[in-house]
Amino acid sequence: MKQVIARLKASGDSGLSVLSSLIAVLAGLLVGLVVLLITDAPQAFPAFRHILTFGFQEIRNVGQVLYFATPLILTGLSVGFAYKTGLFNIGASGQYTFGAFVAIWMGLELTFLPPPIRIPLSLLGAMAAGALWGAIPGLLKAFRNVHEVISCIMTNWVGIFLVNFIIMQTIFDPMRNATRTVPLDSNMPGWGLGELFQGGASRPSSVNSGIIVAILAAILVYIILEKTKFGYELKACGFNKDAAKYAGISEKRNIVSSMMISGALAGLGGGLHFLSGAGVEMQVANVLATEGFTGISVALLGLNNPIGIIFGGMLIAYLHMGGFQMQLFGFVPEIIEMVIAVIIYFCAFVLLIKLFLAHRMKKKTLPNEGGTHTGPPPDAGEPNRKEEDEGGAGA
Amino acid sequence: MSTVYFVVQQSFFFSIPLLIVALGGMFSERSGIVNIALEGKMLLGAFTGIFFINRVQNGYIPFLYGFDGHMLLLVALVIAALTGVVVALFHAYASITLNASQIISGVAINMFAPAFSIYVARILTETQQINFNNTFRVPYVPLLGNIPVIGPLFFQNTFVTTYLGFMILGISAFVLYKTKFGLRLRACGEHPQAADSVGVNVSKIRYAGVLISGALAGMGGVIFMVPNSVAFSASVSGYGFLALAVVIFGAWRPGRILFAAVFFGILQAFAAGFSGIAFLRDLPIPMQFYQMAPYVVTLVVLGITSNKTTKNAAPRAAGQPYDKGNR
Repeated sequence: MKQVIARLKASGDSGLSVLSSLIAVLAGLLVGLVVLLITDAPQAFPAFRHILTFGFQEIRNVGQVLYFATPLILTGLSVGFAYKTGLFNIGASGQYTFGAFVAIWMGLELTFLPPPIRIPLSLLGAMAAGALWGAIPGLLKAFRNVHEVISCIMTNWVGIFLVNFIIMQTIFDPMRNATRTVPLDSNMPGWGLGELFQGGASRPSSVNSGIIVAILAAILVYIILEKTKFGYELKACGFNKDAAKYAGISEKRNIVSSMMISGALAGLGGGLHFLSGAGVEMQVANVLATEGFTGISVALLGLNNPIGIIFGGMLIAYLHMGGFQMQLFGFVPEIIEMVIAVIIYFCAFVLLIKLFLAHRMKKKTLPNEGGTHTGPPPDAGEPNRKEEDEGGAGA
Repeated sequence: MSTVYFVVQQSFFFSIPLLIVALGGMFSERSGIVNIALEGKMLLGAFTGIFFINRVQNGYIPFLYGFDGHMLLLVALVIAALTGVVVALFHAYASITLNASQIISGVAINMFAPAFSIYVARILTETQQINFNNTFRVPYVPLLGNIPVIGPLFFQNTFVTTYLGFMILGISAFVLYKTKFGLRLRACGEHPQAADSVGVNVSKIRYAGVLISGALAGMGGVIFMVPNSVAFSASVSGYGFLALAVVIFGAWRPGRILFAAVFFGILQAFAAGFSGIAFLRDLPIPMQFYQMAPYVVTLVVLGITSNKTTKNAAPRAAGQPYDKGNR
């Protein structure tokens, strides 16, 4: 353990971030254990062990974790990407729903196309739908100065009602109050992943090529943000809108593009989730898709870093997998949501933990002033104000 | 005419909770703390308040046997408010004492709230739904209910909470604009360094702002549940988020917040009650369009009315941890 910490410390700032995230996770799990102990002490430790190990107990479970992580990684990327560019996208839920609907619709209606064309086309459709739904808050923000948080809240609800309406007019299955089942060959190909993660289980795992798409998307987002001029401009707008404008960056165009990319990522997540072939249908209900809000947690856990988000998504999926089993021990599965919430609460302290660790490091090594600021841009969430505080919204 | 009465009476069921929760949000944001945790505070307030009502009505609390009616509702409101304060303490501690991100702790609270209420409800009652008997309806306010037009509009088929809401509005406006505390609160939201330089304890004031918001949001939870439902099931239907929208739509000012809340409440009343309104029911418009309408109209209105003025209306320091070293 000491060596791990030493290596993380050696890797500098990003290592510190990972270390402080891990501390947050441990703190969250500890609170979970305490709640379990209060509820039913004799069962607490077996249940807790189950939460910790269930995802690894069988090879198939690992596959299931990857399967559940797929949409979460994408909604996490959606929120994280927007956050990096100074926008708080809590509209990922609506964008996800729209993307999911278009993907299902195309999977059902475009059966005249061969699958190798139909599936990518469905995913593109999902991304386009998500981008369109993300463009609304983007345009309102850029041209009418409407706070994106409020317009995202509105577009979430409009999205769910509108999609319910369109489903009932087109691809409705009244027996199940949901969309019709997508033909098997419209689903994401398995690429042998399901069998690879089958292990000794009787059925293959639900994991499919979607997880690879999700990881590729994360890498692509990383490249856009860190390696391109376009990404640099987007981030510049997030850090300091006025300075970016002064440098000749079109702030309006960037807000709209950023929201559209963010929406496309959430939409893709919806498409991948419902074209997974795992027998999920989109229900017609007046309930917002939770994946969009979980995306906020994933992004926070991943410190808004695309690669961190991959692990954030997997961690949350892993905990959920353990949570499904809680009823075996007489506990309520929501314990997992509570643990995740506590983890996120402690994530708010990440910057503090980092400062503390960095302070202790400095005592031992030479002062290093070149550390980069990995936190979200100070403007994130309240982009209407000019930057005043380097610490900003913190990490 | 009875349709108009119906819509107005209905609209109060939506706009009063929105008003109260949004006023709470206003206190927090005017002190400089962004409060996206309104939803979670509202939900937990509704949970403890409704749970208390449920226990009392089902005779679980022996010394309160037979206790019912308005007094029960008021006690439930106090419990809900206290719950909101406790939850707000967590938000305040993270975002004020520890200078952590206000958004993150808000997200955490919003996530914790439904999970916690399902967990506790299922452990204590085996089911996640908490039923209650709505014994709080005021069919008719004596004397005032007799006044033509105004009587049916405001004093029939109503709840004590409606008047409580207007009382809170009046007190809020007074506190914000006419008291020393209100001035300090606004100063902390605009320029905390300046406030500090004249001896205002910024973190104390911000704590006060967040705790007030917790109390109001918690109460708002019960006030939302009582007229609109018969059971609490770990959800306040996103009304906490809507209240946040009302705060922004209302430009962080009590008067405009009232306007925004009433505006939204009326639209929501049409959406919820269109099947009870003859001419709307006969129109060939699908249900979902009524459900969508409040949100679409709000978006359009915001798009039209939002401009530089509303931009400058936001408390300048909201969202930023207070850093003494900054000028």
